[in-house]
Amino acid sequence: MTSPNKCRRKLVVVGNGMAAGRMLEELFARAPGGHDVTIFGAEPRVNYDRIMLSPVLAGDKAFADIVIHDEDWYAGHGVDLRRGDKVVAIDRAARTVTTASGASEPYDTLVLATGSDPFVIPVPGKDLPGVVTFRDLDDVEAMLAAAGRGGSAVVIGGGLLGLEAAAGLAAKGMTVTVVHLMPILMERQLDQNAAYLLRKAIEKRGITVETGANTTAILGDGKVEGVRLDDGRTLPADLVVMAVGIRPNAALAKAAGLEVKRGVVVDDHLATSDANIFAVGECVEHRGACYGLVAPLYEMAKVLAGRIAGEPVPGYVGSVTSTKLKVTGVDLFSAGDFSEGDDNDEVVLRDPARGVYKRVILRDGRIVGAVLYGDTADGSWYFDLIRKHADVSDMRETLIYGQAFQGGGVLDPLAAVAALSDDAEICGCNGVCKGTIVQAITTKGLSGLDEVRAVTKASASCGQCTSKVEAVLAVTLGDAYSAAARKPMCKCTELTHEEVRERIDAKTLKSVPAVMQELGWKTSCGCPSCRPALNYYLVAAWPGEYRDDPQSRYVNERVHANIQKDGTFSVVPRMWGGLTTPDELRAIADVADRFKIPTVKVTGGQRIDLIGVRKEDLPAVWAQLNASGLVSGQAYAKGLRTVKTCVGKEWCRFGTQDSMGLGVKMERLMCGSWTPAKVKLAVSGCPRNCAEATVKDIGVICVDSGYDIHVAGAAGLHVRATDLLGHVDTEEDALEVCAAVLQAYREQAAYLDRLYKWVDKIGLDTLRAEVIDDLANRRALYDRFVVAQRAVRKDPWAERAAGHELHEFTPLAKLAIIPPVLVEV
Amino acid sequence: MDVSRQYWFDLGPLSSIPKRGARTVQVPRREIAVFRTANDEVFALENRCPHKGGPLSEGIVHGRKVACPLHNWIIDLESGDATGADHGCARSFPIKIENDRIFIDMGVAAAA
Repeated sequence: MTSPNKCRRKLVVVGNGMAAGRMLEELFARAPGGHDVTIFGAEPRVNYDRIMLSPVLAGDKAFADIVIHDEDWYAGHGVDLRRGDKVVAIDRAARTVTTASGASEPYDTLVLATGSDPFVIPVPGKDLPGVVTFRDLDDVEAMLAAAGRGGSAVVIGGGLLGLEAAAGLAAKGMTVTVVHLMPILMERQLDQNAAYLLRKAIEKRGITVETGANTTAILGDGKVEGVRLDDGRTLPADLVVMAVGIRPNAALAKAAGLEVKRGVVVDDHLATSDANIFAVGECVEHRGACYGLVAPLYEMAKVLAGRIAGEPVPGYVGSVTSTKLKVTGVDLFSAGDFSEGDDNDEVVLRDPARGVYKRVILRDGRIVGAVLYGDTADGSWYFDLIRKHADVSDMRETLIYGQAFQGGGVLDPLAAVAALSDDAEICGCNGVCKGTIVQAITTKGLSGLDEVRAVTKASASCGQCTSKVEAVLAVTLGDAYSAAARKPMCKCTELTHEEVRERIDAKTLKSVPAVMQELGWKTSCGCPSCRPALNYYLVAAWPGEYRDDPQSRYVNERVHANIQKDGTFSVVPRMWGGLTTPDELRAIADVADRFKIPTVKVTGGQRIDLIGVRKEDLPAVWAQLNASGLVSGQAYAKGLRTVKTCVGKEWCRFGTQDSMGLGVKMERLMCGSWTPAKVKLAVSGCPRNCAEATVKDIGVICVDSGYDIHVAGAAGLHVRATDLLGHVDTEEDALEVCAAVLQAYREQAAYLDRLYKWVDKIGLDTLRAEVIDDLANRRALYDRFVVAQRAVRKDPWAERAAGHELHEFTPLAKLAIIPPVLVEV
Repeated sequence: MDVSRQYWFDLGPLSSIPKRGARTVQVPRREIAVFRTANDEVFALENRCPHKGGPLSEGIVHGRKVACPLHNWIIDLESGDATGADHGCARSFPIKIENDRIFIDMGVAAAA
């Protein structure tokens, strides 16, 4: 070669995307004129800002607006841009690349910036016309053309790209459904609380969201017509957008024999396993990580440019990434590591009135992650603190309020409230300011929180400002105010159990994330105290509709058996009213023999306990018991346990009514119900009370003239005789009153309060008015109970013996010896 | 013998453990509880509470902690340490996720 560029090195770049463009910019700035550059781009256009495709789809921007490097830029830097000519092979020995058109180009240094390919799920119909991905301008143009014809679109994938595509298509007038495999949207970037808010915002745009939905086929004859889900449903579709993710495009590197795992493997200076070949951007795998966001690409581009320019640059060490969703009107930001942290290590702020959720995660006094929804103004501030590993211990108390709040000392909450002006807002939900509350307290002589709530509505909605309202009371009344013995549910909330229950009902909250967001929970996913309580409240409030969360139940209720001190379980089949048969007894004996159950004991509730069953044996034990007609006795449940009976008039010379018969009917009516705490019943056939009905939660004592209904007994930690609730004449009425009591208890009591505690709180007279005096109310309670019971009619043992929740009963792996096949890394 | 040798054993896909749940792995010398948090981190602890040997795999997982099902000790999943006023430690084992599959280091988990 005798060209004037003899001493210039020949740099060939494969790929003309954002990483390549940025790398060249950095290179030209550092070493202008140092290289002869040739770029091969598969797309027939100049370098543009791919992350701005969403605004193009939504119509907020045109292609010209998102071009990064125009023709003049390439010309000005003497870059030879080969558009639409794809490199198909690398000859590493000869140091040349070959293109699809047959051209060959030599290099001294080769940079691979081949980016990534959209992942297309391998289902039938994936190649039909009308199925597109969301990756380049061609895809956007195809979507815009389809949107112009109207109709329905299904977007497969509820991640960043999928949601942006869905919002764009909906804005263009299509009927859009997002089908997402995972239970929450954007599960890689969000926690369930932010995802709940996001889903609400997406649905508000008229977009249908199907989570936990698995696509099995794309249907259509000659063009796409619909999407089939694995639950059998078919969604109509004129357009299907696949946005399930991307894969590094490493095929060229692999074919050339470079080291490739998920992406092209590079070292900290972006060198591949061939010292003359570098890789940058989404095609790269660096320290085991692949990136699909723009910031890491730019960081890599900078390092690589320095390296090619021959400058001593520090290596690339990986990136902390942040995400912002580009959907108009949805403010969402996430960055870093926001895995569930210790309670001590996270700060949560929720503002239900504004739909704001902020969570900052700290480790060792440093921010490691942040999720912001609704108010993302401080996103870049947090992100900066994450990247700098800044010690934020000093501002931990005020960190969540953002940058603008820093600088002040830690305030005494009372002094802070005292310092507020009269027009300062205390309750955001109901727009109540301090002056209104103070005036109500002084003019109306209010002395407690409940009164302030009733009169002003302050803290009557989400309840998050309860402590502020209490502070106003304290400041206004001085020593005259002593905070009532309000006991918040747990440290995750200011609200009491009863207040949470009222709000679940009043605000129609139907999921745990909904409760936590709308009621301003202070932790991201609750604690072992509130989770089982919320799960119960939702089960009780929305029977048949709420999907039970097994992970929010204590082990006994999750596995339908009672855990013992050695980790084995006990199994108690139901014996209706304490009655059994020779066949049942034989079946129990056979099970005890077959499974070598060490202890068989008669319980205080008139049934038989098989103790010491190994967990893995539970489904088989249940299957064998089921085969003889025995079902779960729910001896493990906060629910109906037993109905103890005495013999009654069928045999007993003193019996006045059929106590065994009524006990059986009672147990059949109530079995399977979930209640705030365990419930034990008894029916005695005469006032001699051999069934000990007067120490039960509900006890019936038969008398000549009918049935005396007793409630609120206990014989455990506390011993308490029942109170007589009332008298009824018929068995039907006895059943109805008892079921009405149970339903009122289910609807009103705090979780873990036994029935007697609840009656002590509400008063016996209140209960009597509800279920004895007010017949219509009694009937309504009974009807609601029957509806709730429909949802629990299946025997939980039979379901599990048939394979339901099998993961509960089988180990993940069982290794007798170290296995011969090992994956060595 | 080179005790530092790692044997990453494939326990199956992440989805085989429910979020905020746990499964067990039985190896000759011990039973190990493998936990999955709400945010898809995994941790491995000996399945014995330092208090009275309760099976930690049966506890309620919250954040990066688990509540022992027997007496409600709260154990840190990362370190295995009891939290709050309680003292004790459940042994933890190296575990990782790669390509949505869970791997445990059998070189440690199965060793004495």
